[in-house]
Amino acid sequence: MTSGAVSEPQRYLEVRIRWQPLEIAFWLTSLLPFWLTPSYLVLASQIAITALFALSLDLILGYAGIVSLGHAAYFGFGSYTAGLIAKWGWGEPITGLAAAAVAAGLLGFLTSIIIARFRHLALIMITLGFGLLLAEAANSASWLTGGADGLQGVRIWKLLGFFPFDLYGHAAYAYSLCVLFLAFLLARRLIHSPFGLALRGIRERAIRMPAIGAQSPAHIRKIYTIAAVLAGIAGALLAQTTETVSLETLGFQRSADVLVILILGGTGRLYGGIVGAIVYMVARDQFSGINPQYWYFWIGLLLIAVVMFLPNGILGGLARLVPHRWRPA
Amino acid sequence: MIASAVGVLFDGFAYGMLLFLLSVGLSVTLGMMNFVNLAHCSFAMLGGYVAVTLTNELRWPFLTTLPLAFLAAALVSVAFERLLYKRLYEASDLEQCLLTIGIVFVSVAAAAYLFGTVQQSVALPSYLRGTVAIAHQSFGVYRLFLIGVSLLITIGLIAALEYTRFGAQVRAAVDNQRMARGLGIDVGRVFATTFALGSGLAGLGGALAVEIVGLDHAFAFTYLVYVLIVVAVGGLGSIGGSFAAATVLGISDMAGKYYFPELGAFLIYFVMITLLMWRPAGLFGRR
Repeated sequence: MTSGAVSEPQRYLEVRIRWQPLEIAFWLTSLLPFWLTPSYLVLASQIAITALFALSLDLILGYAGIVSLGHAAYFGFGSYTAGLIAKWGWGEPITGLAAAAVAAGLLGFLTSIIIARFRHLALIMITLGFGLLLAEAANSASWLTGGADGLQGVRIWKLLGFFPFDLYGHAAYAYSLCVLFLAFLLARRLIHSPFGLALRGIRERAIRMPAIGAQSPAHIRKIYTIAAVLAGIAGALLAQTTETVSLETLGFQRSADVLVILILGGTGRLYGGIVGAIVYMVARDQFSGINPQYWYFWIGLLLIAVVMFLPNGILGGLARLVPHRWRPA
Repeated sequence: MIASAVGVLFDGFAYGMLLFLLSVGLSVTLGMMNFVNLAHCSFAMLGGYVAVTLTNELRWPFLTTLPLAFLAAALVSVAFERLLYKRLYEASDLEQCLLTIGIVFVSVAAAAYLFGTVQQSVALPSYLRGTVAIAHQSFGVYRLFLIGVSLLITIGLIAALEYTRFGAQVRAAVDNQRMARGLGIDVGRVFATTFALGSGLAGLGGALAVEIVGLDHAFAFTYLVYVLIVVAVGGLGSIGGSFAAATVLGISDMAGKYYFPELGAFLIYFVMITLLMWRPAGLFGRR
């Protein structure tokens, strides 16, 4: 099966890792809001943050097949870490972001030890339980988190010492987009590696992987920690660009929303979370006039429709229309 | 202190019985079909709104609304089962979760649209109100009624499962679906019937819950977590397990609220995670 020194899986990964024209076009398009819709840059930065959060969920759900109903725990943890550091007098954004990433990663690693041991309903319940537990803890510790009022007094310094986070969102969008792109590069590299293949093996048949000698629990711990880091970074971005942190960052609603976004876009294809975030956030912005309760009516209907008619999300549906050679990885 | 402990135990037990009614159907259907039905509490909410509407708008006596709450939830759930759920039995956990969470979103929004976001209450007949004193300890009449109804249903369910032909078919389907099919049991039909029965019980639980915990449009979400905890801790497909888990959860939640109000729901989630880590298949689960 081998030709020369290059084996079949290696060749497969090499093909996969090459950048497609469609991908380059997509990232260039992401710069357009600076000129085309400058009044919507705040929304654009929110989209980038949500996309990063959805991307982190895609790593564990779309690739390793870990269904999590409590992913907001890491988002909120990163958010509170970044917010608290800024509140305590260190408002430098990039180091704050790094600190939040480390904190969320630690939390992710600790929980991943437990997560790796379970599957199916017990796993869903444990992730849900962790999310609720952390939200409850943050609510109780109001001396630290500000409780239901949210964290007040977060002041972020100028980005790189030059660009202030203002109401127009220039710095916010540039910052969020850069971080999203870097995280995307990392995720893209990860899933097009042998490690990424092992993750897909776990998703497809968890029992078989140990049988062929793969260290499934170790793989799950690794990817879960990485996903937690990315979620924490997304949370920290939200805290820094909005200069406030609310309990809602930890809530079940956020975990459910990000799941909806990812499913809407399509799981296991990296761009799914980003496309889902764009569609979801733009739609919510357009319909912001209507009562949020009725917004969830349409989201619910959409979910039912996607599961029944479009099992692979928007991207999966589009992929059927696009010729094979143009498809992004 | 002792008096309050008895009171907490009693209230907790009544609350646990409520949780049992709400969750037993989900436990059996999950055990049988492995279908993660997160919309279970939407059917309970439907039962609650049926009872509220009939008593408050049409002036029906409360007790006569209970069978109708059961019927409405059972009928609607069967319609959903035949139209939507049936197609996803072979699908992954995730897709089932998503479909049913979609239904929860829709039902919550529909309830908010039809009934508003206010807390609903139900007019109880005079003989269910007030308290009775037994050995210097006063007990709420409605809670006694609730406990009585739940115990009757539990006994009825266990008897039906253990001693009837249909019960044997259900047990066979829970234990080994493929084998049951091989023996000529129409698992699809058995499942649909069980599903209707379980959702009907949830509807009844929803109607009975209005007096204890109130009813608003978010009911389907709020109690989903509790019901899932009962099911996951009790073990899938086990009526006894659900009963035990619901009792423990009801009493510990009530005790937590009474003795450590500052902890909030923290205690419940902590107990659930610890129990699941100790026994991932639940206390009485076999798988």
